[in-house]
Amino acid sequence: MISPVVEIESLTRRFGAFTAVDSLTLVANAGEVFGLLGSNGAGKSTTIKMLTTLLPPSSGEARVGGFSITTQPVEVRRAIGYVPQAVSVDGSLTGYENLLIFAKLYDIPHREQEERIREQLEFVGLTADAGRLVGQYSGGMVRRLEIAQATLHRPRVLFLDEPTVGLDPIARDAVWKHLVDLRTNYGTTLFLTTHYLEDAESHCDRIAIMHMGKLAALGTLKELKASLGAGSHTLDEVFVHYAGTTLDSGGSFRDVSAERTTEQRLG
Amino acid sequence: MSSTFIHTLTSFVFKTFVITEFELRKLRHDFTELITRALQPALWLLIFGQVFARSGMMHTGNIPYLDFIAPGILAQSVLFVAIFYGINVIWERDLGIVQKFLVSPTPRSALVLGKGFSAGIRTLSQLVVVYGLSMLLGVKLNWSPLALVNVLAIVILAATLFSTFSLVIACIVKTRERFMGVGQVLTMPLFFASNAIYPTTIMPAWLKVISHLNPLTYVVDALRTSMLAGSASSFGLGLDYAVILVTTVILVLIGARLYPQLGV
Repeated sequence: MISPVVEIESLTRRFGAFTAVDSLTLVANAGEVFGLLGSNGAGKSTTIKMLTTLLPPSSGEARVGGFSITTQPVEVRRAIGYVPQAVSVDGSLTGYENLLIFAKLYDIPHREQEERIREQLEFVGLTADAGRLVGQYSGGMVRRLEIAQATLHRPRVLFLDEPTVGLDPIARDAVWKHLVDLRTNYGTTLFLTTHYLEDAESHCDRIAIMHMGKLAALGTLKELKASLGAGSHTLDEVFVHYAGTTLDSGGSFRDVSAERTTEQRLG
Repeated sequence: MSSTFIHTLTSFVFKTFVITEFELRKLRHDFTELITRALQPALWLLIFGQVFARSGMMHTGNIPYLDFIAPGILAQSVLFVAIFYGINVIWERDLGIVQKFLVSPTPRSALVLGKGFSAGIRTLSQLVVVYGLSMLLGVKLNWSPLALVNVLAIVILAATLFSTFSLVIACIVKTRERFMGVGQVLTMPLFFASNAIYPTTIMPAWLKVISHLNPLTYVVDALRTSMLAGSASSFGLGLDYAVILVTTVILVLIGARLYPQLGV
């Protein structure tokens, strides 16, 4: 049975005269891997920030896990996990401590904390490194720890902003393996943005392409390819068709700098 | 009193201490910070304090000048350490750590107060340094347990106050460069417009007015009353505590409103 878990309705965010997200309407279903694609400045990150309650929308509404992002932000926060693009674990704490603090903040009962942390560490293959400072972790290990941290409270929806940016192919595969396992084991819905078309191609059930704040296309990979007409098309062609071939003008200096910093730290 | 209110309150206190606990755990991994911080109060007491005491220019009533400034230097070093605390928050924002905390169901006020409180506990090392130097210089300290408890509480509260102030500034300026500029601009006026190294009685009228609006003045007064044997308070310890506590609460509330802007 298909049940919607992220319902976005005319969601809009303006920054001054600039409209970053322009009446976006779409639905992601429970257990789905939903990919949000688009060039820099298309409004992907702004959308994720609104859905994770970091940024209030200018107008429109969204319900995540059945809760309104505008009127029930605390309930939404309990229902979701979030892996931001930039490094979100603390390098001056150990892997174990990084999980412990969030176990406490998410009110995981004291008796279950140790067991849950142990499970999570084992799940992402970091059991042996739990006692080391995260500052000494490799990029792939950091991302895996972030996934363990963001899913400690078994969220219904996990939001990921560019989860594989700056990772080498082996680390990328490892991260994807854990993400896919999350869905298999816990039915977690994955809602992610990515620049890597091959990631979207091999892992996303459905893909939404954003262009200048608007939804340009939505469907399964097969549907998107078919929408271009007869003949075989690659996802690259689909992307260029919907997201435009013009060089991007979006993405602030800060975004780009954060992305580069992340790449350096993870790489 | 409804049970939800009690639940909210216990949750707030618990989350505040969780944040504090982990801020302190970070310290355990890096001790150098504690040692480098000890230098500044040592310079002020050993050089500035000694020279001005010898000059005999400062009229500090029946207590010697060195005794007079020892609590002032403690307050100053608490201020200097706490006022730059916001830089950590900007650092955490440039990574994704602030966002991660904001997406968790933690009350914003607990995030702000927890961080402020940890800064309070961090500055206790300054207390040890200033007490050590004071003993060396022959300052007549009050060793009664009540006085010590007061000094401890005042140092923690004062650091919480100024580090929360620092966090509020960080939320407004958002970048490291601007923050360092604003931090530099603020510390000296706060320090000089207080009773830390000279009594307010020798100030010109306008400065006296400003110093009475400066929370640092009440911190110094409270420390001076508690630390020194035979020193009378100018405002009364009750008023000192009230000013420090009310200012801290106001700053935490402002901080809780501004902190989410760092997640954008």
